[in-house]
Amino acid sequence: MGTGMTRESLVDRHLGFVQALREAGLPVSLAEGLDAAGALTLIDLADRNTLREAYAATLVKRPSYRPGFDVLFDLWFPPVVSGSYGTGAGERPDGGVDLEHAEVPELRDRLADLLAGDPDDPAFREFARAMVERFGRVQASAGRQSWFSFAVLRALSPETLTARLLDRMLAERGGLPEKIARQQISRNITRFQDEVATDVRRRIAEESGVEKIARSTVKPPIDRIDFLRVTKAELAQLRREVYPLARRLATRLTMRNKLGRRGRLDFRRTVRASLSTGGVPLTTRLRPRRPHKPELVVLCDASDSVSTFSHFTLLLTFALREQFTKVRAFAFVDTVDEITTMFAPGADVIDAITRMSQDADITRFGRTDYGNVFERFAERYADAVGPKTSLLILGDARSNYQAPALDTLKRLAGRARHAYWLNPEPRAQWDTGDSVATGYGSVVPMYECRNVAQLAEFIETLD
Amino acid sequence: MWFASPDEVRERLTAVDYLADDGITTSVFLAGALGKPLLTEGPAGVGKTQLAKAVAAATGARLIRLQCYEGLDEARALYEWNYKKQLLRIQADDDAWDDIFSEEFLLERPLLKAIRSDEPTVLLIDETDKADVEVEGLLLEILSDYQITIPELGTIAAARRPYVVLTSNATRELSEALKRRCLYLHLGYPTPERERDIVLAQVPGLPASIAEQLARTVATLRALELKKSPSIAETIDWARTLLALGRTELDDAVIGRTLGVVLKHNSDQARAAKELGLAARS
Repeated sequence: MGTGMTRESLVDRHLGFVQALREAGLPVSLAEGLDAAGALTLIDLADRNTLREAYAATLVKRPSYRPGFDVLFDLWFPPVVSGSYGTGAGERPDGGVDLEHAEVPELRDRLADLLAGDPDDPAFREFARAMVERFGRVQASAGRQSWFSFAVLRALSPETLTARLLDRMLAERGGLPEKIARQQISRNITRFQDEVATDVRRRIAEESGVEKIARSTVKPPIDRIDFLRVTKAELAQLRREVYPLARRLATRLTMRNKLGRRGRLDFRRTVRASLSTGGVPLTTRLRPRRPHKPELVVLCDASDSVSTFSHFTLLLTFALREQFTKVRAFAFVDTVDEITTMFAPGADVIDAITRMSQDADITRFGRTDYGNVFERFAERYADAVGPKTSLLILGDARSNYQAPALDTLKRLAGRARHAYWLNPEPRAQWDTGDSVATGYGSVVPMYECRNVAQLAEFIETLD
Repeated sequence: MWFASPDEVRERLTAVDYLADDGITTSVFLAGALGKPLLTEGPAGVGKTQLAKAVAAATGARLIRLQCYEGLDEARALYEWNYKKQLLRIQADDDAWDDIFSEEFLLERPLLKAIRSDEPTVLLIDETDKADVEVEGLLLEILSDYQITIPELGTIAAARRPYVVLTSNATRELSEALKRRCLYLHLGYPTPERERDIVLAQVPGLPASIAEQLARTVATLRALELKKSPSIAETIDWARTLLALGRTELDDAVIGRTLGVVLKHNSDQARAAKELGLAARS
């Protein structure tokens, strides 16, 4: 930030930033906004990193909000850039390369040097900025130009430097050293791409205003991403959320069972404790209640229409197996098969999912048929559902206009202690086309479960 | 005032061998300067508890620790009346009914102790997420007003505001009300560069080249999808193991044999061995 910033403009900027955070979906309360303002009076405003962390500490209370926060912070408090090509003309601080005029191969050499080094080096960022200045300007339409990252990345194509970097870093290829080197290189390439994207956004914001770009660039936090529209990279990120969720679900169920219920008098321990008060039993000791062991039966739609959702729920099922003593898992498309053994604790999750799609007998014609699935389930695995069981059905309730077999499901649900249905489709689409959501929902309570946040909410309301 | 600036935080924490980055120094400074509790959240073994200890050591303050667990209640977190002593007093003196609810019969528990302490105090509320939701309600009065209300005695305000650090492994979401009252610091896994420095600070005598290799290997392990990613604490254990074995180089064979120090699940070890191309363990 410039030193010439007056108090009024700082307050305006602060309010605008807080407003932008709220628009991006971060819940910033009035009190938290005041905390942040209070923090601003205590720190050195010229230090951009401290400013960023001060805002983060007071306003961002969930790690999943941090990426969106960083994007907005870079827009509202852009770094002071001295000149288009870093420092003044004539000096060559950048490894002797003239960034404004050098040929592309020479620039790639310089990039390779930087990728092999520490990305926190200021030269790394300077270089990214200079490259945006040089390659990032693209004619968007007649008479209009804008800034794009892809132009920069295409001109320099950092990924193609990997082989060269590996040769430079390693005496010989293969084994662990190569893995480690690759990890380091790909991390630095990602970092370079981020720096380029940040600078591109900064330039667009400079030219057409912060508010305009702020609205379009902030992605929703990972726990709000729709299961049915998840990309592959996001799915990997989602997988990391699974274990905490399973743990939470397990503690949720066991905690509830402990509440307000105490066991019988423990006579021996009561008498023992009374010795310190001269034989008068002042405190009674109770036996701990025998913990209730919840049993879980999961029925999971594994058809293609919900593949990302089922991938996620299978992972959840897998994680649950380690928390519950008795979990039985079943997958289905148009017939149903037990997959419990494939998900034995200690097995590798990703292997298990591949094995399931190969070995499990869940497909006859390949079109989802809930009716047939419930009939089959009742016929073959009726013993799985008993008075201690919680039944969890995961699927979109789209049955390709086949008979829904509501009575069978009703019987199954009636026998279980609890039954829940999680549907990954938005509520507005229920009952459209071949969806039998309301029909099934009248038998088994159905919850909209489109993202991790809703799944967590479901877990919290569980009883 | 606890610290004068974020830079001072960095210096003083480094002096007690805690290497802090910008995020840590800024929030530790602000927590002191704004007089707000600091909530640190993150995976196990990244130095959350250690941070509170380091703040206490760096400022010469007394550390009072409240370990949370399921079933923790008022009587063990705040205060309790000494029933036995009260009973004896009543038996000995029939007119004592009025003064059995006085200081003399009050048993201090960590929270009350921290509030009443008149020397500088760091209050560490460890693993807040393990406690029941009701305990969070109990904490709210203390965290926002630094006071405790005891029905028989009245409200006890802090003689001197303690520096409060809460830690959580995020096994459950803490309530919004609690989060609103705290500054938030998410501690994740460090960059390899920072982890190398941490290892060097914690394990004197380890060659810098091994520390570098270790940090990079652990970063690679964390990029795999493991059930439990290695923590900083485990990296340090690994460094100590190698030092004890007298290794001066980290090759595939050594890693294969000592992998159990950082990966505690059988499936994780198998996965790492497969992905990294290590020889199968004998």
